[in-house]
Amino acid sequence: MTVNGNKPKFAMYWAASCGGCEIAVLNTHEKILDVDANFDVVFWPVAMDAKYKDVEAMQDGSILLTLFNGGMRNDENEHIAKLLRQKSKILVAFGSCACEGCIPGLANLSPVGEIVHTAYNTITTDNPHQIYPRTTFDVPEGELHIPTLSRMLRPLDEVVDVDYYMPGCPPESHQIAAVIDLVIKVVRGEAELPPKGTVIGVGNSTVCDECPRARNIKLIKAFKRIQDIAPVDPTLCILEQGVPCNGPATRSGCNARCPQVGAQCIGCYGPAEGVMDYGARLITAFASVVDANTPEEIDRILDGIPDPTGQVYRFNLAGSLMKAARSAWEKG
Amino acid sequence: MTDQFEPTIVGFTCNWCSYRAADLAGTSRMKYAPNVRLIRMMCSGRLDPTFVLRALSGGADGVLITGCHPGDCHYMEQNYKALRRYLLLRRVLKGMGIEPERVKLVWASAAEGARFASETTLFVEEIRKLGPLNWGKTSGPFSVVGDQTTENATLITEKEVPA
Repeated sequence: MTVNGNKPKFAMYWAASCGGCEIAVLNTHEKILDVDANFDVVFWPVAMDAKYKDVEAMQDGSILLTLFNGGMRNDENEHIAKLLRQKSKILVAFGSCACEGCIPGLANLSPVGEIVHTAYNTITTDNPHQIYPRTTFDVPEGELHIPTLSRMLRPLDEVVDVDYYMPGCPPESHQIAAVIDLVIKVVRGEAELPPKGTVIGVGNSTVCDECPRARNIKLIKAFKRIQDIAPVDPTLCILEQGVPCNGPATRSGCNARCPQVGAQCIGCYGPAEGVMDYGARLITAFASVVDANTPEEIDRILDGIPDPTGQVYRFNLAGSLMKAARSAWEKG
Repeated sequence: MTDQFEPTIVGFTCNWCSYRAADLAGTSRMKYAPNVRLIRMMCSGRLDPTFVLRALSGGADGVLITGCHPGDCHYMEQNYKALRRYLLLRRVLKGMGIEPERVKLVWASAAEGARFASETTLFVEEIRKLGPLNWGKTSGPFSVVGDQTTENATLITEKEVPA
């Protein structure tokens, strides 16, 4: 870290996320040195020691670039999102969680009490004294607080204004490197920023467009899970082999990384350009390849998708039109 | 005026059969429940499930999809695609805690004005029994924005921390 105050300032934060986005940034290898050479890293909890009060003391708009990963799951997440919005010129929703909720967004299928119960009181948790965390707790030194969970997880742009979106779980390192290069060029006056609201570090088509596998007319008689087909044909479209592959609805940008190595696309790059609801697009795609015309036969084939809601909204539930299951938001 | 629940229903009809059926019901002066707002499409195969989700998340209590009878589609077999999408969409909705019965698919030919009218009335009664969906209403998920729940706080402070 540098003390050179003339360099533009950089921050990165994690809210409700796993830390994979930070690893993806470090995976840019020597490019990370460019970040240090061109930016003054002022706040990045996973990589350096910094306090919230340090950020609070900064001037508004004094951070040039903030990469914000993670969704909004509690009041601390929201507080820091608002704080960093205030202090940053460019706020990027970085990674699937900040853009559309990602895997933590699937918790929107359950009421918050059930989530806490599952975490502290199920067969995988040894909690004989039924100890649950409290949001406030009195100790001799004073009152302690931990963040309060929100009823639902929300993407970043439902809490603050977002300048750019960079999807992916995590964003691919070569895409991060390209974005870092662009911002450095902008700082030097050699390039211009894209229009506000642009999805950056991505392609403009679908994963299928980048996938090298052979595609023919798809007529699916049975959906299967990938572990149940052996061997997976290395050259044929995975959906054609009967495995629900989320490629048709998913934005390109990853070079079809999963299908290239024999796994189905699970949709981490989010909705393709022009798709309003990711799950709806996938429903259309899967339904179109079902090779049956009677309700009974269609239902038999659809039984091969054991969790339809999770399948079509794996990364996108919190950012979808419906946002959550009824039990997550309905009171009482 | 009664204070019974009047469902808001969005109906999608196809240009060639079911919209004509609705037309016939109208010109024949048949009476049926006025709760359905009809939207004409060229074909039930045009029905993107996004339309249904937009309707439900925007305040509709139910969605009626109508099309030509199997084998009668003017675009060969697009109504079969509508059928498959409908069956998968209902499974996805069920996973979100929405009664699958809130979305209904009805085949009606251009001659079946009476069938269109009776199916519509029947559907309105079915939705009336299910009650309001409330997704797009003030109590819905969009109202939760900025609302820190107190439920988990209550749940976890009620538990005694052992000494």
